[in-house]
Amino acid sequence: MAVDPTATAADLRAPEANALRAAVALEHRPDRPSPVSATLTYTWRALLKIKHVPEQLFDVTVSPIIFTLMFTYLFGGALAGNVQAYLQFLLPGILVQAVLFTTIYTGYTMNTDISKGVFDRFRSLPVWRPAPIVGALLGDTVRYTIASVVTLALGLVLGFRPPGGVVGVVLGIVLLLVFAFALSWVFTALGLVLRSPNAVMGTSMLVLMPLTFASNIFVDPSTMPVVLQRFVDINPVTHLVSAVRGLMAGEPATDGILWVLVASVALTAVLAPITMRLYRNRS
Amino acid sequence: MTDTARGDLAVEARGLVKHFTTGKSVTKAVDGIDLLIPEGTVFGVLGPNGAGKTTAVRMLATLLRPDAGTARVLGHDVVHDADKVRSVVGLTGQYASVDEDLTGTENLVMLARLYGFLGGTARGRSAELLEAFGLGDAGDRQVKTYSGGMRRRIDLAASLVMSPRVIFLDEPTTGLDPRSRNQVWDIVRVLVADGATVLLTTQYLEEADQLADRIAVIDHGKVIAEGTATELKRSVGEGAVHVRLANSADRARAAEAVGRLLGTEITLANDPYAFSARVPDDGAEHVARILPTLGDEGIVVPEFTLGQPSLDEVFLALTGQPMEDDETIEEVA
Repeated sequence: MAVDPTATAADLRAPEANALRAAVALEHRPDRPSPVSATLTYTWRALLKIKHVPEQLFDVTVSPIIFTLMFTYLFGGALAGNVQAYLQFLLPGILVQAVLFTTIYTGYTMNTDISKGVFDRFRSLPVWRPAPIVGALLGDTVRYTIASVVTLALGLVLGFRPPGGVVGVVLGIVLLLVFAFALSWVFTALGLVLRSPNAVMGTSMLVLMPLTFASNIFVDPSTMPVVLQRFVDINPVTHLVSAVRGLMAGEPATDGILWVLVASVALTAVLAPITMRLYRNRS
Repeated sequence: MTDTARGDLAVEARGLVKHFTTGKSVTKAVDGIDLLIPEGTVFGVLGPNGAGKTTAVRMLATLLRPDAGTARVLGHDVVHDADKVRSVVGLTGQYASVDEDLTGTENLVMLARLYGFLGGTARGRSAELLEAFGLGDAGDRQVKTYSGGMRRRIDLAASLVMSPRVIFLDEPTTGLDPRSRNQVWDIVRVLVADGATVLLTTQYLEEADQLADRIAVIDHGKVIAEGTATELKRSVGEGAVHVRLANSADRARAAEAVGRLLGTEITLANDPYAFSARVPDDGAEHVARILPTLGDEGIVVPEFTLGQPSLDEVFLALTGQPMEDDETIEEVA
């Protein structure tokens, strides 16, 4: 098309318009990136967000510290006779709780992206469709790791001495990260369905509160009423905590570990397609 | 391109429908829209808030699946060839934006990588775009610190990373001050001069008038008129003459003379020196005789203006009501 006669304004600022013309006239269009490269780009974005908004790490680090201190010193003596004994029991559990609560942010961030319009930009790109979600989840794994390290460090300072040693502790954390990655699909799906970031936060809390408190994180379930014990027994968090405890105690229970791994695969297999479907069809 | 007869069309939408259901109420956001946009032109979609503009653009940009109807962008079906559509379309709008927490550079580098630019070339592309959009100094700042105009320019730059042949701009100047608005207009003109096709939605009649080759007026999810700005204006008559006199005592005589010439009603203004008259469809040639006639009568006319109707008046004539936000329809989905 010929240059529009009304284009005088653009012509007046010729240098700028020329730069614009040059930038717009792209000679070589690259091929679309591979799924891995697209996913890693989104992971990079998640890490940049941690860099620019370090406040988001505040929750991740402070609430596990508060919970650990509170339960150890407030209830430890009453629950286990002495504080040190209770810490050995509590720490693997509180580690699980700290990381699981961090998974909420996955859905929260996703919903914020939707409400800010960033999400539609991503959906308008010709890339492998799951890349934005998988990339974000991988980025979140960094947050889970930070939450684990903080809780563990505090535990060691307070006197947590895991018989499983470095290997047991590291394996326990890895197992926890695997489960957290799988569980965060729940919150991604919630993040896509619910209307506001705060609704995601509230609903996720409603899911996580019973899962973490009605488990074996804080107390031995044998002191609970039978009905509650039934729930604790089928609660996946209970199995996760037992497996992590076993690994850190140097007495890994293969059954329990297998149970957690199967549950993680099942969660991902069921929820990832649902999440992707919600992502594609979100209006 | 699968069909040569369609070769000239950048966008071809037929019978697009999108209804949203909330509880028992159904909102007909888009209710059967046809759009045919030739390559290399600017097409304006004009309508009030809630008319269905954004929903229509989101369907064309593959973000929303139509309930009925078909749409092709450069020959690619928006449902079945969505990925191909995505690779030729750039989208800017209220609902496609950049990440405020990241810096301008980080945003553009990320998008460049997602379009397949590798490491160094992604940085180069980002720098080139920032420079071209006058954001060279702001690249290292978080986007949330940008002014409204800068924000809109980074949004535009973000949608041009791949130098798309078809660009959808959803209300690109809403909320901008006049200077920033002019910058955006200049950018659109450069894009079109370069051969791109632009679909622009706007609530501003002047914007459609300034930029668009053709305009579709949308109301309640339907196209109620389509044509060039001139055609649309002509459809409601030739405009109006506004006369201001040196002496208020002459007004009755002058008004009567003009009324006789044009054969229309005269509207007397509150100002006792002024009146105006609508020019009827066949009255254009009589307008030229107004000044000599008044001169012969010895009436002094210091101010005489002939105006085309504004697009506001067009909208009023088409819908029977002034253009205003439609509060009953939620466009956000």
